[in-house]
Amino acid sequence: MNQVAFIQQGLTRRYRAEKRFKTYGLAAIVCGITFLVFLLGTTFFNGYTALLQTYISVDITIQESDFDGDLSPESLSKGNYLGIIKRSLRETFPEVTKRKEKAELYRLVSSGAQYDLREKIVENPELIGNTTTFWLLADDEVDVYMKGRIDPSVPEKNRRLKDRSITWIEQLKEQERIEKNFNILFFTNGDSREPEQAGILGAVMGSVFTILVTMLLAFPIGVSAAIYLQEFAKKNRFTDLIEVNINNLAAVPSIIFGLLGLAVFLNFFHMPRSIPLVGGMVLALMTLPTIIISSRAALGAVPPSIREAALGVGASPVQTVLHHVLPLAMPGMLTGTIIGLAQALGETAPLLVIGMVAFIVDIPGSPMDPGTALPVQIYLWADSPERAFVERTSAAIMVLLLFLVAVNGLIVLLRKKFERRW
Amino acid sequence: MKNFSKFLLMMAFVGAFSIANADRNNIQIVGSSTVYPFATVVAETFGKTTDFKTPVIESTGSGGGMKLFCSGVGPEHPDITNSSRRMKSSEFEKCQANGVTDIIEVKVGYDGIVLGNFNQSEQLQVTRRDIFLALAKDIPNPDGSETLVPNPYQTWKDVNADLPAVKIEVLGPPPTSGTRDAFAELALEGGCKTFDWVKAMRKSDKSAYKAACHSVREDGAYIESGENDNLIVQKLRENPKAFGVFGFSFLDQNSDVIQGSLIDGVAPEFENIADGSYPVSRPLYFYAKKAHIGVIPGIQEYLNAFTNEAVWGAEGYLTDKGLIPMPDDERSKFGNDVVNLIPMTM
Repeated sequence: MNQVAFIQQGLTRRYRAEKRFKTYGLAAIVCGITFLVFLLGTTFFNGYTALLQTYISVDITIQESDFDGDLSPESLSKGNYLGIIKRSLRETFPEVTKRKEKAELYRLVSSGAQYDLREKIVENPELIGNTTTFWLLADDEVDVYMKGRIDPSVPEKNRRLKDRSITWIEQLKEQERIEKNFNILFFTNGDSREPEQAGILGAVMGSVFTILVTMLLAFPIGVSAAIYLQEFAKKNRFTDLIEVNINNLAAVPSIIFGLLGLAVFLNFFHMPRSIPLVGGMVLALMTLPTIIISSRAALGAVPPSIREAALGVGASPVQTVLHHVLPLAMPGMLTGTIIGLAQALGETAPLLVIGMVAFIVDIPGSPMDPGTALPVQIYLWADSPERAFVERTSAAIMVLLLFLVAVNGLIVLLRKKFERRW
Repeated sequence: MKNFSKFLLMMAFVGAFSIANADRNNIQIVGSSTVYPFATVVAETFGKTTDFKTPVIESTGSGGGMKLFCSGVGPEHPDITNSSRRMKSSEFEKCQANGVTDIIEVKVGYDGIVLGNFNQSEQLQVTRRDIFLALAKDIPNPDGSETLVPNPYQTWKDVNADLPAVKIEVLGPPPTSGTRDAFAELALEGGCKTFDWVKAMRKSDKSAYKAACHSVREDGAYIESGENDNLIVQKLRENPKAFGVFGFSFLDQNSDVIQGSLIDGVAPEFENIADGSYPVSRPLYFYAKKAHIGVIPGIQEYLNAFTNEAVWGAEGYLTDKGLIPMPDDERSKFGNDVVNLIPMTM
């Protein structure tokens, strides 16, 4: 066999191997994309209906006799608004007389509708004495039915919304007294036990404050530590020990940092439970190793010629680092920060032990107010038995993904700004 | 210059911590996951109808809640803990030792524990002895000698000839759950005690007695299903032969899919749990620190709101969520304790 034929034979085999290798890579990508599309697809399919919420229009006559006292704002806010709504519903459906049927009728409207009505009346006392059409928040069962997720052909015994309620809803539909509007409450409310009143804003604000505290603590501390270790520290057993420990810490499960936070911040410094400040501090501890390791790698990747040139023209070591090395290492440091913060944003375990996995209705206005975080909210809703929380869970996942994209986008923008080529 | 910047840094730290230490103005509640669904509804309504902030509620389990509650007095410790059992004397002593001396005990109502299955299947009629024999890890030797043998029974018919020949398959909560504790204490131990020689063991060897009466079999007949209610309903619907163990509020919400078994001849119904004839029911409590009243705004008002007839009464809105209200005289006793802030005694 001559050499050319031998090489030819080997070549075809090598080309085949190369082709196979490419196919494996492609298959891996396709596989990954399929999972991603499936995940995003189901989340979107389950969640997009949460953007709409059903409202029922009811003619409400408000009488002065509904209030005790002088119709001052204070007496107005103490009125029996539930009674007013019940009376108006009875007037809308005069054929309903039995006690049990009435109870079912009242359940068409959310228990939160009375507070909306109270707010409107306190703001506009001139409505008293008149008949006005109000759009009242519908109950979650009605909402689920209006979104076509309850099948009326299923035997009545096996569903929660009864035939009678469905008849009423169909009647309202014919009179165009029931409609789905944009669900603004989902973006302006805090948590609630009633799905139709539950919103994501409390969790979003909690996450914003937590991640802000994490970023403000972890980034400067992490970068300073990395600069010192990489550029100034002497190489000896002690710094080796520190390096090994930092690498170890990066692999420690997050719940351990939560327990550390519980012991130090809550039990020793007596800080309150459930506040984003403590959450942010715990998550900062968790992200520090990631940021330090990636920042050191970024500093190490800056060519030594840059340092030597700066020192050569008379810059001090501090000037060399601050003016020349740090700006060039910044993009790499920011990449490390993205990874660390993205991880922190999706964390629930360390928040559990410091009390941020809690039912919190009020929207936090500062890192010192009690708050939860987005992943915690998703977990709490996923655990709730009401059917209407299913779509809200998926919608919350979408909000979390958007939030992640926003935070990462910001840092990518910063990275682009610092990027240099040499 | 160097000293000055050090000083500034220290001031910043001290400042941060002292701000964080500033007085809390929301009520902090911890404790049982069984009371959580009731307490959250009361808290939300309380926040909407008063000018106080909405209380923050964590579901930590009864034991975890007691530990946090008893760790001291001051804004960094919770004000109220929910519990699906009464405070133990050891916990009470721990509270006292940490300065939590005046504790107001409020019984909220009752919760029944249900053994249920899919409502198209046959309804089961069992005794607590049957439940014990079907689910305990070790049972008294069927030949009558006073020894424990690993549970040999495979079907309900093996346990009691009157029961159907269906494989024993029970879905229930894991050991971390308060529902599981109460189920072991009330149903299993209740059946266990019907064997005289086991009952006698309680005096002679308490830990052996507890091991015999509270251990659940681990050979697959009892399936730990987590605490997710939806999951258990799905599984009972898909597997009509299986049974599940859960709280009454869950049966109440899903009566269109599942039915409760009769235990000792009594059905798990609202009235039967309320009058105490249903044997597997337990009281629910919460505990408040008297020392925090007047320090943390709104505690007194929250206690009053919870003990209002429109909330915990026979027709109160908590009954819609599945709470079994207490009889009138018990309600007025605990209502009176709240109004006069009478601390509990052990």
